[in-house]
Amino acid sequence: MEANNSSTVELRLPSRLGYEKVAMNTAASVARLMGFSEDRIEDLKTAVAEACINSMEHGHKLDESLKVEVILSITDNSLEVKVCDEGPGVQGKVPVPNLELKMSGEESPRGMGMFLIKSLVDEAEWISSGPNGSCARLVIHLHKPEEE
Amino acid sequence: MQDKATRVKVSELPGPNGTPITVLRFSGDITSASKDAVLGTYQSLPPGAKRILLDFSNVEYLNSSGIALVIQMLMQAGKAGQSIQSFGLSPHFQKVFTMVGITNYTKLHPDEAAACAAFD
Repeated sequence: MEANNSSTVELRLPSRLGYEKVAMNTAASVARLMGFSEDRIEDLKTAVAEACINSMEHGHKLDESLKVEVILSITDNSLEVKVCDEGPGVQGKVPVPNLELKMSGEESPRGMGMFLIKSLVDEAEWISSGPNGSCARLVIHLHKPEEE
Repeated sequence: MQDKATRVKVSELPGPNGTPITVLRFSGDITSASKDAVLGTYQSLPPGAKRILLDFSNVEYLNSSGIALVIQMLMQAGKAGQSIQSFGLSPHFQKVFTMVGITNYTKLHPDEAAACAAFD
């Protein structure tokens, strides 16, 4: 773990399933230091883990030589987590899982990661930079905008 | 770094009206690496197991791939006419299970006694 300055923490993870926990636990530690409640931290942990898994599985096809970069940026009121890989990124809208179709076997039982990310954090977007790869950008706010 | 292996302990409890309840107690992580532990254990249950209780109390880490395995188990149980009740999920994962709609296929109970009492 490298702390560039007081507001940024960066990680480079091998694309090996299980290492998403390093990012998940680092994000949780930072969020705890910032004063986020435990239920928000649990939301963030799941979202960060799912973003890392997507990068490892879909962005890098589990090629362990390719690194997933995780950048945590801290401001007074929010924590931004960017999860970047060398893949082409997400095309189109975030699919909402249809459990009835999954239960009937018409849809893969998997494919819920992006939906969970979007549902659990305050802001989620997927940014594609063409040949330079792509990033998932997640943000949680200490105070929701309407509370300010 | 590896996932903590999924462990599943199978036991039997007497049901409310004498029909036994088969209990699957999960511990460790439930991830994409848990297929044999989750589905393999479920598929090895005797065909007479009609009431199945899932205990998630000692699960340390659960991700969307693990949730997909739970969905597959529920799919197979539905086809086999089995009834499944669940307990032991943290409040966060109760929320996640509700979000993805799993609660339409298994009820999430606060504890083992409540889950056992829910079998018909």
